[in-house]
Order: sequence, then structure tokens, then C-alpha cells
Amino acid sequence: MLAQVPAILIDGVMAASMMFIIAVGLTLIYGVMKILNVAHGSLYALGAYTAATFAGLWLSGGHAPLGSYAVLVASAIVVGLVTGPVIERGLLRFMYGRDEIVLVLVTYAVFLVLEDLTKLVFGVDPLLVAEPYGLLGNLDIGPLTYPTYSVALIGVALIVGAVLAFVINKTKAGKMLRAVIHDREMSAAVGINVARVYLVTFTVGAMLAALGGALTAPTTSVQPGIGAEKIVLAFAIVVIGGLGSLGGAALGALIVGIVQAAAVHWKPELELFSVYIVMAIVLIVRPKGLFAIPEARKI
Amino acid sequence: MKYKRLTEVLKSLLTSTLLLASTGALAQQAKPIKIGFVTFLSGPAAGPFGVPAKVAAEAIVESLNAGSAPPPYNSKGFGGSPLELVVIDEAGGATKQVSEYRNLVERQGVDFVIGYISSGDCLAVAPVAEEMKKLTVLFDCGTPRVFEEASYKYVFRTRPHATMDAVAAALYLLEKSPTTKTYGGINQNYAWGQDSWSDFSSAMAVLKPQVQITSSQMPKLGAGQYGAEISALLGTNSDVIHSSLWGGDLEAFMVQAGPRGLFKKSQLVLVAGEPYLHRLGPNIPDGTIVGARGTHGVFAPDSALNNWLKSIYKAKTKFEPNYPAYSVALGILGLKSAYEAAKLKKLSSSIPMGENKGVKEEMEKAYALGASQEEVIAAFEGLSFQSPSGRMRMALGKGHQAISGTAYGTTKLVNGQVTVVNIRQYPAESVQPPEGTASLAWIKSGMKAKK
Repeated sequence: MLAQVPAILIDGVMAASMMFIIAVGLTLIYGVMKILNVAHGSLYALGAYTAATFAGLWLSGGHAPLGSYAVLVASAIVVGLVTGPVIERGLLRFMYGRDEIVLVLVTYAVFLVLEDLTKLVFGVDPLLVAEPYGLLGNLDIGPLTYPTYSVALIGVALIVGAVLAFVINKTKAGKMLRAVIHDREMSAAVGINVARVYLVTFTVGAMLAALGGALTAPTTSVQPGIGAEKIVLAFAIVVIGGLGSLGGAALGALIVGIVQAAAVHWKPELELFSVYIVMAIVLIVRPKGLFAIPEARKI
Repeated sequence: MKYKRLTEVLKSLLTSTLLLASTGALAQQAKPIKIGFVTFLSGPAAGPFGVPAKVAAEAIVESLNAGSAPPPYNSKGFGGSPLELVVIDEAGGATKQVSEYRNLVERQGVDFVIGYISSGDCLAVAPVAEEMKKLTVLFDCGTPRVFEEASYKYVFRTRPHATMDAVAAALYLLEKSPTTKTYGGINQNYAWGQDSWSDFSSAMAVLKPQVQITSSQMPKLGAGQYGAEISALLGTNSDVIHSSLWGGDLEAFMVQAGPRGLFKKSQLVLVAGEPYLHRLGPNIPDGTIVGARGTHGVFAPDSALNNWLKSIYKAKTKFEPNYPAYSVALGILGLKSAYEAAKLKKLSSSIPMGENKGVKEEMEKAYALGASQEEVIAAFEGLSFQSPSGRMRMALGKGHQAISGTAYGTTKLVNGQVTVVNIRQYPAESVQPPEGTASLAWIKSGMKAKK
């Protein structure tokens, strides 16, 4: 049983890196805007479909295979830049100040619209563009072989986390962001352009969801329903870590990844429930998650 | 005596001619037959199963309405009555499907229902069909439980159930690799995956009791990521990996497991792998054992009916039909056979032989009425009919469940194209239980073919 621990840790960290990229966008939007964005799953799917389509075109056009990685990232950026402002400026800004439940329902409606839109644009056949997955070769870690691509994703997740942490904690923009998190009205009163902060935050969050989809696309078959699958898991991660917490998203992803891998190796029949068992335990012990952001008391 | 036989022959000739000559005035008067067609139009099953099934259903109905199908299906529609499809999305779960079914029958007023890919939906809808007394043809779901745990008058299934997929896979595997000592599995964690694994492992236990199970992975439907499952299977060093994964799940597993060397270590058995060969291309290793859940696709016989299905399907999609498309053909052609057999019987009994007057009027009256549901059910029970997948016999479930042979083969990459070689056919009786015996009990009792 202990012999499987290294494999569990490696599999867990690899799975966590992918999930972190998606969950961190969700937690960022919630932290700043107090919106539990159900449409995040659709943005993930849209990123995956767009990346798979354009990477497929790139490769079938006979271009340099390594360039397909740039295509994946560019697809995510384009999806984020288009959908983020459209959803935030076109819909969400009219809903600010309403109950959080209303906003959940609004983003759920966006989720349903985007799901159908994705099917309308990309069809219902699964898309398979696996070439970038195998392009970097394999790495032997102990007795097991892993694609270098999966190892590289760990690096991408670390970079995403580090950049976000730096921007939030060490820059002027980050200070304004934190001010908005603590008190939107006071921030507006002192001259911070809250509307712009919201727009940028939602666009970056959408971009991260799309990036998660785009980088996952070469490892899987992009098919209808992948968005719903991921949003459930991303919710579990941010709930475990604490809604709105960057560190919480990282820890939540790590817990979910390792718990799932341990279940697969030791008790496959429990894999289906393992994440939710952990989530239930965490919520019993810490109802607001492991790293819930303390709320400023308002007078 | 001779006169009586001659009368019968004449009656048959007259009625058959009338059915086939459905382009005439009688056919124009015939009322359209409304068929509720239920298939996945959204969710993960839509791409690989649901939409190909819908495309096939529309293509078949168009061809039948035009009278352009080959014999014995060259009469227009069903016995001259044109067909209309009312298509419903199967997504949303069993509870939703029960409501949708009631809507189809009560509000849409369909004459028949053909549908259901999910085993869960079949199990939920069958008792409701019985309650609502509406002839319902299950065209694709695999669970043997439908007719093994209940008896129905109004429900038929025109494709064999899933037991044969697992049993034939075990037989083929042990013929190809008789030295197999260990095997593991990766199957989706729902009825289809669980039943496939249970039937396969039970068949293996009977055929070669000393073979050991190393690992049974059960990821959830639509998981998409199998990193930990692949590590776990690699760690077992199994001789064989059995899988009933389908659709995007199968493709994702193949893409992820190939580079990690799983298929270099283990012989792969894909129970439902055939429809994905052209999509997976070089991602599917040579020597993979594949099935198509029946004699569909590359396993289908070379016949006019098979060529017809291929041509009408390709005209709509540019692709070869996959096995759900073949399953739809079984559903529609089975119902057409039953309907026309019932109508033929009705017409034959309506001809007032021995009288000079009123023959045409009586036949027109009988023709316009069509066959009643009860008459179609009587004709359907125990029916044997031709299909693009070969002959189907409604031999189980008191004549409501079809049986047929099946086939397995091995993949081989030829000029960049995945082909299937070493195809082995298995007769129906060797891979399916006899009437009155539950599948799992039959497997565990040694899978004896009925003499």
C-alpha cells in the first residue's frame, strides 16, 4: 500500500495543477465581485473547444508543431477578452447590489446559453487534438512514465499562482483590488474606478477558465458537457479552500487531487464520493473553508 | 383442399401487391404514422450516440417514405402510410424521461415510440409504456434486466442485450491470448460499465478460473482525466486491460494511456471500440481487440440493406454509420416488419373471396384502417426480420427481445488506416442465455448453448 504513495502524490499534484488554473479564476471573481460564477464551466468549455479547433487547424496547416502551444494560450486569451467584457458589461453590471442568489441564477442562465452556443458553433462531435500532449516526450519517474506536458502544467499552475499573488499583494492595482474586496463603496468614494476593477477581474477570471480548458484540450477529448463536469469540481475546490482565497484555491486543488488519486489507487469504488466526503468534513470543521478571507466588520 | 390453398395464395398475392403498390391512390389516402423518437441530443452521449442515431432515423424515414429502401422494405413508409418523427432529447435523467414519455403519448399523440440509449432510461420507461399501453421499441440500451426482471406486452427491444458483448469478448480474448494470467479493467461507474465488467469477469472466471483480477477502475461517466487510473493499471502489470469506455471518455483514455506505455504492457480489449477506430487512428495500438456491440459497422454482412444504410447515412454526414445508427435501423425496420406483417394479415382476412362484388371496397376499407396496435404487437412477438446487421430474431423475453450473433476482431494499421482483421463471428446461442434464464446466472452456470 505504501509503495503507491509516490504515484499518488505525483498523480495528485498533476491533477491539482490543472484544477487550480480553473478554480483560481472562480475564486478571484468571487473574492472581488461576490459572484459565484456558474458560467465559469462554460468559459472553460469554450476555451477547450476554441483551442482544440485552432490548434487542429494550425497542425493540419503544416505549421511548426511547437507553435501549437502558442495557439492554445492565444485561444484562451481571445476567449477571455471576448466573453469577459460581454458578460460583465452586457449583463452582470445591471445586477450588482442584488442578492448573491440572484447573481448565481443569472450566471447559471449564462452557463446554459453558452453551453448551447458552444454546441451550435462547434457541433456535438468530440474534438480530439492530442499532438501537443505527446510533443514534449515522456519523463520516467520511478517505475512510471508521465508525459512531459503534464509535468509542464505543474509549472504553468505555479506561474499563474505566483503572478496572481504578486499582482494582488505587491502592485498598486492589487492594492486597489484588495480595497474593493474589503469595501466597494468606500473604494469608490476614494476614487477607485470600481467598474473597471470589476471588468478587469471578470475578464481575467474568464481568461483563466479558458486557459484551463485550452491547456486541458490536448490531454482529452473535448465533448459536450465538459463544462458542467469541471464547474462542480472547481466549486468543491474553492469551498474546501475558502471562497475568495488564492491560497485556499491552491490548497483545495491539492487536497482534491491527492484524495482522488489515493482513492483510485487504494479504493477505486470510493473515487466517485471521495471529494465530497472531504468537502463535507472540511465544512463541518470550518464552515467557511480552510482559508476563508476574514470579513471587515462594517459599522 | 386444392381450391382452399389456391385461394390463400391468391389472397397473399393480392395483398402483397397492394402493400408494395403503395404509390397509388390507396397510399395517398393513408394516414401518417407518428413515431416518437427519443435519443440524446445534448450531454456527453449526444456526439457519439445520440446525434448519429437521430441522423440515421431521419435518413431511414426519408428513404422509407420515398420507397427507396431495398427489399423487403421497399414499400413506402409503414405499409403505405408515411412516417413522421417527433424527436425528443433523452438527456436529463430517468425521471425527466418518464415525463417526456407521457407528453409524447398524451399530448403529441404518437402512434409508436422508438428510443432510449441509456439503460437507466429503458428501465424507467418500460413500466410506464406498459401502463400507458403504447407500443415502445427500445433501440439501443444494453441492460439485460429489462426483460429478465419483468415481462411486458407493449415493450420490445430490437437489438440483443449487452451480455453477448462481454461473453464474446472473453471468448475472443482467450482464443487470441490463451496464456492470459491476469487482467484489470477500466469501466464507467454506471449501469453499463458495471454490468460490462461484471459479465466479463464472470465469463472469464468460467472460461479460465485460474486467471486473476488485478484492478477494477471505475471512473465516473465523463471524467475525461485518467492519470491516476492509468498509474494504478500500470502498477498492476496486467496481461490484459478490459474496457467498455465509449465516446469522449474512451478517446481521452486512449490519448492519455498510449504515451504512458500502458498498451505496450497490456493487451487491450475494447468492448465498444469499433466506432472510434477512424477517429483514434494511430492512437489505437495494433492488436487491440475491438467489438461493435453486434454485427454492426465493419462486422456487418455485405448486403443490399447494409449498403443502403451506409449510402443514406453517408449522404447526410460523409461518415460511415456507427453502431447506434445500425441500432436505429433495427428499431425502425423491426417495427416496419411487424406493422406490415400485421397489415398483411388483416388485409388477407378482409378479402371476401368467393364473391364478385365489393373486393376493392373491402380492401380499401381495411387498407385505410391500417394495423391496430394490438395486431402489430401480435405480429412483433417472435418475429424474425432482415436488417443491415443481419437477421434478428425476437427470441427472448417471450418474443419481445431480439437476439443475433456478434463478432470481434483485432486492429491493424494498414497504410495509415486502422483496419480490423482476424474477425471471428459468434452465433447467437453461444453468447446469449436461452429464454427464461438470467444472463449472470447463465454465465456462472457455464454458458451452455441451447441444444
